[in-house]
This record gives sequence, C-alpha cells and structure tokens, in this order.
Amino acid sequence: MNSGMSLIVKTVTRLVAGFITLFGIYIVLYGHVSPGGGFAGGAILAAGLILVLLAFGREATLRMMSHDGALAWDCGGALAFVLIAALGYLAGGFFVNFLSHGEPGQLNSAGMIPLLNAAIGAKVGAGLFGVFLALAVFRPGRHREDPS
Amino acid sequence: MGMVMLLLLALLAFMIIGSLIAAESEDLLSAVVCVGAVGSGLAIIDLLLGAPDLAITQVVVEVLCVAILIRVVLTRRDETHETHKDTFAIATVLLVLGVLLVLGGWAMTTLHPFGQPLLASDAPGVAAQYLAGGVAEVGAVNYVMSVLLDYRAYDTLGEATVIFVSVIGSYAILRRTGRSHRAARSQEGES
Repeated sequence: MNSGMSLIVKTVTRLVAGFITLFGIYIVLYGHVSPGGGFAGGAILAAGLILVLLAFGREATLRMMSHDGALAWDCGGALAFVLIAALGYLAGGFFVNFLSHGEPGQLNSAGMIPLLNAAIGAKVGAGLFGVFLALAVFRPGRHREDPS
Repeated sequence: MGMVMLLLLALLAFMIIGSLIAAESEDLLSAVVCVGAVGSGLAIIDLLLGAPDLAITQVVVEVLCVAILIRVVLTRRDETHETHKDTFAIATVLLVLGVLLVLGGWAMTTLHPFGQPLLASDAPGVAAQYLAGGVAEVGAVNYVMSVLLDYRAYDTLGEATVIFVSVIGSYAILRRTGRSHRAARSQEGES
C-alpha cells in the first residue's frame, strides 16, 4: 500500500482526480440552482482524495492533505457553518438569511445558502477523508508519524 | 400497476435478496459487496421516484462506504465470526420480529398513499407555503436547498453536528491504541 498501485492505475488517477475534484466543487457551489449541495459535493471531494490515496499510497497523499489538515478543515467547516448562522443576528435572528436574494437561477442568488453549502462541503469532505485515513492508514500498535 | 411500480418492486426484491446474502454470508468481503449492491438499488429507486439530490448523495456515499469497508476488511481479518445454534434465542427473535411486523403493517395503513406527492400545493401545513414562496422568499431555484438551509436550517445544524461528533468520535476511538503504545514505548525508553 505504501508504494501504491500499478502504473496504469496511477496514470488514470492522475488524469481523473482533478476532474473529480472540479465536479465536487461544482456540485457544492451550484447546490441552490441544481440538484446537489454541500453534503453530496463534499462526499465527491472525499472520494477524489480517497482515489488518490488508494492509487499513490500513504506518503504521497499525506503530503497533499495530512491528517491534521483534514481535522483542521473539518473543524473549520463546522465553525464557519455556525458563524454564518450566527451572522444572521445582524438581521434579527439565528439563521436569518440576511444577504440579498439576487436573481433566482443565477449563481449569485439565495443569499447565504451558497456560503452554508461551501461550509458543509468542506466539513463533510474533510471529515469523510479523515475517517478513511483513521480506518485504513492507522495501524494498531503503530502510531502515525508525529514528532511531538 | 405501472411500469415504474414494476421496476420498483423488482429493485425492492433485489435489495432484500442482497441484504439477506450480506447478513448470512461467512465472508466479510462478499457481505460488503452485497451491501454496495443494496445501496445502488436504493440510488436507482431514488432516481425513479424523482429525487435526484438524494440519488447523487446515495451513490457517492455508497461508493465511499464500500471503498472504506473493503479497505478495512482487506487489512483486518475478522476471525471472531461464530454461529449460534440457540433455539430459544432464535425463537424469541422471530416472535418479536413477527409482532413488530404486524404493528408496522398496521402503522403503514395510516401513512400517506405511496406515489402521491406529499408536498402538494393544496396540502395542509407548511408544505404549501414552502412551494408557493420558496423562490420569492429565499431566491434558491432548488427547493430542496431552500428547505434544508433556510426554512429548516436548524435541522441541518443538528445533522451537521451528528456528522461532526461521529468523525471526532472515530478519531478518538482509533487513536487510543496509538497513544497508549506511545506511552508504553516512552516508559520502555525511560527504564
């Protein structure tokens, strides 16, 4: 697993992983216009990272997104979600949609729903990838490379 | 009975057979594959019933779960599988399941008829208001998102909290072995 899979798998992954990530970002950002949303898009982002992890092995992937990085994105997404919700107090209450509604059907519409979607996407993507790291990469009796 | 209904029943039978094989199989890997088949059937059912949001989420999460489970099953062999031959326990479970089945069937008769849209514009309650005012009040063309992140955002906050807590909990459980080993190793180093 450390050295990764065969050359064919690595080449295909190199071609495809970027498009998977792009599709995940599209699903997150266009959640209020077309079917999708933060949860589905975040899961697609996590799937792209897991594909890279399976194809290239542990070292190469942990350089892209370390375990602490996944934890930070997860917590940051959760905090951003609550913060955006709390910003609604500017307009009168928790979760009040205070931004302009824009023109329905455009990307810049629906007030803070795209922001909330982005927060959920970061949280879900990093969380699922972190769980995969914890289940597949942590070995019993061997802790991760942590100098502290 | 329409074409869609026939397809739904066929998919339902496929999923029930898949779950039975998954529950009864001795090999963990084939059980995981059967769980993946059940999830794909559920995704197609979502698509047939006109819920593309759910179908996308179901497909992606199912692929992720199967990948994670296969990875875990391949690295960690579970040798603790054992067969129970306790007749009394099996009889009790079957009896309770039968009672639950009867009660569930009775409860099904009070549900909304299958295939009729629950969110009709003339339905009682808040559904009509969501459908009538969704675009004007929120600005999102996708009604699912306007309900999830505006009208019912508190529910989404709870759901997000559940995911967050489960992720943090899995870290805590899976890291404990590493931490205790680290402590043991440092003690060995001192002595």
